[in-house]
Amino acid sequence: MTVAPEKSAELVVPEGHVKLTIDGLEVVAPKGELLIRTAERLGIVIPRFCDHPLLDPAGACRQCLVEVEMGGRPMPKPQASCTMTVAEGMVVKTQHTSPVADKAQQGVMELLLINHPLDCPICDKGGECPLQNQALAHGRADSRFHETKRTFPKPIPISTQVLLDRERCVLCQRCTRFSSQIAGDPFIELLERGAQQQIGIAQEKPFQSYFSGNTIQICPVGALTSAAYRFRSRPFDLVSTPSVCEHCSSGCAERTDWRRGKVMRKLAGEDPEVNEEWICDKGRFAFRYATAADRLLRPMVRDADSGQLRESSWTEALRVAAEGLAKARDEAGGVGVLAGGRLTVEDAYAYGKFARVALRTNDVDFRARPHSAEELEFLAASVVGTSPESGGVTFRQLESAPAVLCVAFEPEEEAPIVFLRLRKAARKGRTKVFHLGQWTSPAVDKTFGTLLPCVPGGEPAAIEGLFFNSGTAEAFEALSGSGSVILVGERAAEVPGLFSSVLRLAERTGAKAAWIPRRAGERGALDAGVLPNLLPGGRQVTDGTARAEVEQAWGLAAGALSAEPGRDTDAILGAAAAGELGGLLVGGVDPYDLADPELALRAIERAGFVVSLELRPSAVTERADVVLPIAPSTEKSGSYLNWEGRRREFGTTLDGTGALPDCRVLDTLAVEMDADLFTQTPAAARANLERLGATASTRRAEPPAVPAPPAPGAGEDGVLLATWHQLIDNGSLQDEEPNLAGTARTPVARLSAATAEQFGVVAGEQVTVATERGSVTLTAEPADLPDGVVWLPLNSGVSRLRRELGAGHGATVSLRPQARGGNS
Amino acid sequence: MTNEVSPLTPVLTKRWLSPRSWTIGTYEQLEGYTALRKALKAHPDQLIQLCKDSGLRGRGGAGFPTGMKWGFIPQGDGKPHYLVINADEGEPGTCKDIPLMMADPHSLVEGIIITSYAIRANFAAIYVRGEALHCIRRLNAAVKEAYAAGYLGKDILGSGFDLDVVVHAGAGAYICGEETALLDSLEGRRGQPRLKPPFPATSGLYESPTVVNNVETIASVPFIVNGGSDWFRTMGRDRSPGPKIYSLSGHVTNPGQYEAPMGTTLRDLLELAGGMKDGIPLKFWTPGGSSTPLFTAEHLDVPLDFEGAAEAGSMLGTTALQIFNETVSVPWAVMKWTEFYKHESCGKCTPCREGTYWLTQILQRMVRGEGTPADIETLLDICDNVLGRSFCALGDGAVSPITSGIKYFKDEFLALCETNAVSTGKHALAGAH
Repeated sequence: MTVAPEKSAELVVPEGHVKLTIDGLEVVAPKGELLIRTAERLGIVIPRFCDHPLLDPAGACRQCLVEVEMGGRPMPKPQASCTMTVAEGMVVKTQHTSPVADKAQQGVMELLLINHPLDCPICDKGGECPLQNQALAHGRADSRFHETKRTFPKPIPISTQVLLDRERCVLCQRCTRFSSQIAGDPFIELLERGAQQQIGIAQEKPFQSYFSGNTIQICPVGALTSAAYRFRSRPFDLVSTPSVCEHCSSGCAERTDWRRGKVMRKLAGEDPEVNEEWICDKGRFAFRYATAADRLLRPMVRDADSGQLRESSWTEALRVAAEGLAKARDEAGGVGVLAGGRLTVEDAYAYGKFARVALRTNDVDFRARPHSAEELEFLAASVVGTSPESGGVTFRQLESAPAVLCVAFEPEEEAPIVFLRLRKAARKGRTKVFHLGQWTSPAVDKTFGTLLPCVPGGEPAAIEGLFFNSGTAEAFEALSGSGSVILVGERAAEVPGLFSSVLRLAERTGAKAAWIPRRAGERGALDAGVLPNLLPGGRQVTDGTARAEVEQAWGLAAGALSAEPGRDTDAILGAAAAGELGGLLVGGVDPYDLADPELALRAIERAGFVVSLELRPSAVTERADVVLPIAPSTEKSGSYLNWEGRRREFGTTLDGTGALPDCRVLDTLAVEMDADLFTQTPAAARANLERLGATASTRRAEPPAVPAPPAPGAGEDGVLLATWHQLIDNGSLQDEEPNLAGTARTPVARLSAATAEQFGVVAGEQVTVATERGSVTLTAEPADLPDGVVWLPLNSGVSRLRRELGAGHGATVSLRPQARGGNS
Repeated sequence: MTNEVSPLTPVLTKRWLSPRSWTIGTYEQLEGYTALRKALKAHPDQLIQLCKDSGLRGRGGAGFPTGMKWGFIPQGDGKPHYLVINADEGEPGTCKDIPLMMADPHSLVEGIIITSYAIRANFAAIYVRGEALHCIRRLNAAVKEAYAAGYLGKDILGSGFDLDVVVHAGAGAYICGEETALLDSLEGRRGQPRLKPPFPATSGLYESPTVVNNVETIASVPFIVNGGSDWFRTMGRDRSPGPKIYSLSGHVTNPGQYEAPMGTTLRDLLELAGGMKDGIPLKFWTPGGSSTPLFTAEHLDVPLDFEGAAEAGSMLGTTALQIFNETVSVPWAVMKWTEFYKHESCGKCTPCREGTYWLTQILQRMVRGEGTPADIETLLDICDNVLGRSFCALGDGAVSPITSGIKYFKDEFLALCETNAVSTGKHALAGAH
């Protein structure tokens, strides 16, 4: 190595920065930066336990001590580099150049280990343990501790999902600080003092948090382990593949760890633009659905003689499916395509193209949930095509927004990472969060938010009155601040006039509106054109220029694509039930998620020919003529578009399982029908989609302009139903995870004290909510709902509202107390 | 400056022997609340300056200049200001604040009112050790009397100044004597020290500017207001002026509180206290509670003020002089103190939590006669790894008795190892390897 002959150029210190020296190296750092980070930027790693870049400094473990000199005078004691900020002229000596710092670190390490069980050989963390690694790097080779170690019974479950081994704990408080600072779930705390100090929970109060798994991941020792992964494998046996979460529309970066063809665990990946370093427990733990015993692995066709499904070869199944679909298309009124909301962009594109090219129809819709024509207009006018590059709302913008209004959107339940950002924005910045909803849910409290209460269905009226109502004018004013955001959720489709009102509010205040669907695939399917009114890239079906572009790219004859918008999900089902559609192609749709499950089931029964693409059996399977198994997200590559419109690409985690992605199955099926999709692989589908490019058409979709209806009333005898999904519920992607299920929020029926009294309902006792179709009985819990409203979770435990009541948000239901003591 | 002891004119303790000294009546007869009247006529900044001029230093142990602390409170910041009295007296050997609050609670109350006026606080809290129930009752009674007499509440003595005082009982944790842990505890949180900065002067109780002062410090304030800073400086030494309550305990003929000017020596104090009990010679003593390094008979003439104690290798601390005669084993006493620190370590930081746990066990083993000379080296090395490495000063205090004990009495520690060397040779190792 040669030494540079001339003196290196003097470092320039920009405004707001200081110059200091660490281990003899001059460095410029922004004011306020912690020494431990500045050192890290220089490649000097100081050992640490309590320090975490996303948590407030604690200075508790004392592992990161360094020597500091200020103004030429050495500080008398070594300083914790995780709490001390940089200063002009500071001279820092880490363990590399200071014997004092080195001895201090070795001393702390020795002390940390005296009460540690040193059970690395049987510890889940062994092999990826900061304590193990740093003890090797900065610790003594042997211990001088000959006394009696402190012991605790172990492990104790602090929830059904998280187990605590107090002997291994080094009391860095990362878990408690994460819970109180990041998640806002202070159900885990320090107890006792001195060497008896320990992490714990209150009696009978388990650590209930949707984010508890993060504490396991950031635990720098093996103190917190997950029930699902405990003792299952060693870190060095695992292969780690970067992945993207398939659950909600946040699109979190994840790391999937697997071995011998089996996923063992998922960890949060790091992406500062999206999920920072956190994921929710659903994203972390809910992956075993893909290996459930009932997973469909072989194609099935319905045997003409027995009427039963039987396993078949791919060749046979594809031939039967192609023939049936072609016949339905040509002779029985056509085929409708229900694609579902959990597809990758590539798979969604294949569904859209299959509908247009092979089935020659616009009867295609990804919305496997209540929806509306107003929503279609909203999506076409305001959502499709938006992305961080085009100036769309982003996670980061939530952090800097002066105000955020959540409309028909329950962030903690529907997009937990959005919730974490909102909480961070409100906690660290000055963002005011408003929730247009029915009651002060935990998310309202934890985002330091303000509830703007309204009855279900009364959201548009509330928005229109925002400015005029003295109680809400503050929200209107805050939203008028530059950079404010309105977030609207999937439930808005159940409220007529709401999308229109949101757009009007956005126009009046200058706030940007963003749509946050609940499912991972919805946003991608929208941009891939899996809607009756939209072709890929937001091209309108009714736009001749746009159609011509697609026809050309797809090699179709001019005029091959219909100019007529197709039917939406409800209309497709209605037509099928009425015998007007000859066939259905259903991809991953659970009829019980739809607005009217009875209609859906009737439609599937009635449709002459039904092809189902599914991972596991559903109510569609029982009624399908051909069942084609497809690959779960771990066994294919692809990309999701998250709610921001940000592309979240992922590669195949488990290769060679033989499972085929939807786009491949559809491509082959199309070939059987003499059509070419060019979607043999996700990469091919992506290339085919990208060839389309952006449209040259200048025609813009008209935004919806539905007048806001007056706030509804339920009449004398009924009440209005408010409902939304809870994050951890009966969703089939959470199957096979009993430990996760144990952390679900208990389903209860919430209602105001006055409403309870009116109907004779007693808090803590059972109440029955019913429609003509059926009833659901839950424990009543008082909450600050408007009078005449009852809230139930949409699909939690026995509270399966679509299935049991055929009702959703805004419906009128009846309410009666359950007679005490019984089954009468 | 002089460090002569006589004549001993009591200041802080002058009312203690008066009949029913704790009542407002007695207090008022003996100049009580005259300083307050005087203070309320002055500008608050004048009072801060007076305190600075007097050279009064904190009596809780660290000796921080009181006037400077008051001056740190930002004025005109629009935030409420708070005065918090640290009455969580818990240092082993320390027993000056509780007698003061028992005998003369109104001197504290009057000091609180004057100080609050000076720092523009309208709320003050007295954080008292929870076990001192008798003291809490007496303080509550005094505060009630002061309210009834118009010294507390709205528009005190027509000055337009409002002040409320609350007596808060702690829950018996030594760490809550650390000012930021005290503030957390007062806020209803777990009592553990806070990260500094921010310091209490800018972000203390409820994130507002807060002065935390010891009982004796604040009780000195009315005397300074009445006597003036020059009078105050006639007592004690240049950098540590004023009177001080010295608490003598252990093997002395008459243990108790002895008020004397700052800088008084143990030799003089022992004279006041009637000498060593039964004439058995002095062996070792603490100048200011168990957190201050030990002194021996060599140190009888060390002037006991902040500088004097520091120059002799210890600290003034709380002027709690625990006095031990030749019958006491130093390793045993050090073990007992270390057991105390182990019990009281809050657990927040590694060195203090684990260090005290380990040190206690080594000392217990040595006292049992199962130690080795290598244990002494280990003890010193652990102490080195705790001192100055822990989050707050508790860890520093915890190792003081050990390092100073070994410094002056290493032979006694070695003697404990001899029996062991004869009997077993080597102790069994448990775990860890």
